[in-house]
Amino acid sequence: MSTGLYGTYGGRYVPETLIPALEELDAGWREAKADDSFHSELHELLTNYAGRPTPLTLAERFAPGKRIYLKREDLLHTGAHKVNNALGQIVLARRLGKRRIVAETGAGQHGVATATVCARFGLECVVYMGEEDMRRQRPNVERMGLLGAEVRPVDFGTKTLKEATSEAIRDWITNVETTHYLIGSCVGPAPYPEIVGELQSVIGRETHEQVLAAARRLPEVVVACVGGGSNAIGMFHGFVDDADVRLVGVEAAGAASLGTGRAGVLHGSRSSILADEDGQIADAHSISAGLDYPGVGPEHAFLRDSGRAEYVGATDEEALAAFRGLARTEGIIPALEPSHALARAKELEAELIVVCLSGRGDKDLAEVLSQ
Amino acid sequence: MSSATAAKSLVIYLVCEPETPELAEAAVEGGADIVELGIPFSDPLAEGPTIRLASERALARGMRTKQCLECIAAVRERVDVPLVPMTYAAILEAYGYERFVEDSRAAGATSAIVVDLPVEEHRDVARIQLVAPTSTDERISVCAEHTDGWLYLVSLTGTTGARDEVSPALAGLVERARALTGVPLYAGFGISTPAHAASVAELADGVVVGSRAVQVAVEGPDALREYVAGLRAAIDAAVPA
Repeated sequence: MSTGLYGTYGGRYVPETLIPALEELDAGWREAKADDSFHSELHELLTNYAGRPTPLTLAERFAPGKRIYLKREDLLHTGAHKVNNALGQIVLARRLGKRRIVAETGAGQHGVATATVCARFGLECVVYMGEEDMRRQRPNVERMGLLGAEVRPVDFGTKTLKEATSEAIRDWITNVETTHYLIGSCVGPAPYPEIVGELQSVIGRETHEQVLAAARRLPEVVVACVGGGSNAIGMFHGFVDDADVRLVGVEAAGAASLGTGRAGVLHGSRSSILADEDGQIADAHSISAGLDYPGVGPEHAFLRDSGRAEYVGATDEEALAAFRGLARTEGIIPALEPSHALARAKELEAELIVVCLSGRGDKDLAEVLSQ
Repeated sequence: MSSATAAKSLVIYLVCEPETPELAEAAVEGGADIVELGIPFSDPLAEGPTIRLASERALARGMRTKQCLECIAAVRERVDVPLVPMTYAAILEAYGYERFVEDSRAAGATSAIVVDLPVEEHRDVARIQLVAPTSTDERISVCAEHTDGWLYLVSLTGTTGARDEVSPALAGLVERARALTGVPLYAGFGISTPAHAASVAELADGVVVGSRAVQVAVEGPDALREYVAGLRAAIDAAVPA
């Protein structure tokens, strides 16, 4: 395939019904990227609606003896980095004349971000969510309802993000002429990994500038959690050209698509996935709904193979300890997803580290307190 | 065999399961000209609930790629009609594209259908291409040029599964495809009753029935033979050979 490849990963493995829509999206995206009015509209929304730029906070008490800076995506409107992508894609969808938005969600952060931007622009919004995730992320289900979105429970398979994504794609296949699929991570068929990666790279661009201003040098390591991998890819884009900066992605140990996966096809692209030797997708397991996914963005698989980025795992227990630790030492309650990144960052043999604090932990309180 | 001389082809889809050889034989006795044999995938994006559930059931019963190829070989021993494996790219990715072509041929398969492998990809895998109402004329031409035998018209914008009526989009798709290519056009998705089959046969060169056949197959070979015979009779009455 000629477009949308990251090495041998990526591509467009979808039924023919969707190919014309992907070509339309690709053309619309290229047009938008070349159009100053797209960038100014998005910049205005990111600044005055979402709350960018987000601060870079030095976490002195969390990791004594090191300088760990936190990129505070948790302070954004809706509580996570997901809104960067949702705003960009909603502007794009409006340019394409779509009136209906469909999305999948795991932890609910992407669903809330999507419901939010749909409310802001008056578009119909349907969010697919696994029943297991609806149980463990109840507050986000209620938020989406309040924002006027319809949350459709997915009650088969693992009842988590994998099935929610499949159902969202099936909805898109059925309603493709009126509907934009607002995918939440840097996964899916081309051009989605590129679109989401570029929309999230605002994280890395800001961080690069901010860390130079604060520390007067580049960090030794930047760390981010990886489920589908959108906050990580956004952060990594800011440093990928700085060869001396280590890029470390932290997966949930029970959902380590990059650490223990194999090449395969899931949800429209070829990447590193959790699958058996027959290509059947395996179940992922994580306390964190946002990381509980057996696939990952194709660009991460490429960065792993090329050696530019490294990927490690953190267990549920390690993430919980970091969750509690950051709350007690810094007065910041992180989401469970970046808690995985915090857990590994603390142990790195480096002095100056940046961690992407991709979201806040309000949604996780019930789950953490029940542990 | 009357079906072999019929003007319009009837294609019946079944998921590979332990009972499938017997069921496929019944389908052919009922008048199927071609049998599609589904190799189940855990996350089949083009399938509605019926085939998704059947796939999950087959996987739970251990029907992995190797067992499915054995199933195709067992069907081959019972019937003479073309057998077309239908599956997803993930299965070929894991098994090896070339190896799949070799082993499925050795098992007695003719061609293949890979639902989510666009025409640009792996042209070394000879297969029946699918086009949809959303396909541009340009893509219909490219798919027709590269298809292996016949072109699969996805009659509606959506996933597989029985519908109340034949999609109104089919007539337009047939008309566009006829203007662009001379290859036979077989239509599927949402076709479940003899009346549907008859009206589709008036438009296309072949009729593909999947989800409803999978549902009837659960009742056993006699029920399936009778169901397929009903489709066959309706097609032949509408468009005599």
